[in-house]
Amino acid sequence: MRQGHDGLDASHPEGLTMQRLTDALDFQSKALMLRSERQRLIASNIANADTPGYLARDLDFSRALKEATGQAAMAPLATSRAGHLGAAAGARAQPNLLYASPSQSNLDHNSVDMDRERAAFADNAVKYEASLRFINASVRMMLDAMKSHNQA
Amino acid sequence: MSLFQIFNVSGSASSAQSQRLNTVASNLANADTVAGPNGQAYKARQVVFQTQPMGDVGAAGVRVSTVVEDNTPGRRVHDPKHPGADAEGYVTYSNVNPVEEMVNMISASRSYQNNVEVMNTAKNLLLKTLQLGQ
Repeated sequence: MRQGHDGLDASHPEGLTMQRLTDALDFQSKALMLRSERQRLIASNIANADTPGYLARDLDFSRALKEATGQAAMAPLATSRAGHLGAAAGARAQPNLLYASPSQSNLDHNSVDMDRERAAFADNAVKYEASLRFINASVRMMLDAMKSHNQA
Repeated sequence: MSLFQIFNVSGSASSAQSQRLNTVASNLANADTVAGPNGQAYKARQVVFQTQPMGDVGAAGVRVSTVVEDNTPGRRVHDPKHPGADAEGYVTYSNVNPVEEMVNMISASRSYQNNVEVMNTAKNLLLKTLQLGQ
């Protein structure tokens, strides 16, 4: 038996409905958190565009979202000896960050490609806004559904 | 909230870039100064940037770790009438290369603009997030 988000029992009809209503919100809010995370990463890359030795970082958004919503299992830590500690599923607080491969080699070993970062920043900002609108729309839809039929 | 940290990250970067612009300004201002009574002409200065981790993983700001002096010998011009001329009649000017400084200035100004734009975008997104559900 699965517990709903607010302790609502999924076996009860009202609990199931509430859970269906909040599931969409849950997904979009996770997407929003990851978008803001990625926005911060790209901002760090742009900030360090002139720092010698800085390596640009990014996250694989679709993979991170799948991990956050539980659609993909996070790779567990391998335990090859008896004393090793295995990480529990979902224990990783941070999505795995990747290093961007430099498009051009650079004498100061800085791998920030400003064109790519600017494009990614704009793209991520628009998608963040899209997530915001999705959340707004589902909140409005939920409120409409809760309204009494004789209310305007 | 990760978006708030963008202000710290981009703010540190703008501050570092403005310090770079500051050294460029002093270098350009001293491009034509000659050696003083101690025989030392002005030496061009350059800032060295370093990544500064900001709490969370992935948030990386910038700080100026050191300011280094360029130790190449200054330009020497034969001008015996100049009050700053040495015993052989040579005047030592500062070792500032104005072309390099102009390039540095343009690069610093572009990076500064980039960071300001990042902060503006983050501000707009946060303002829209504040209106969530209204």
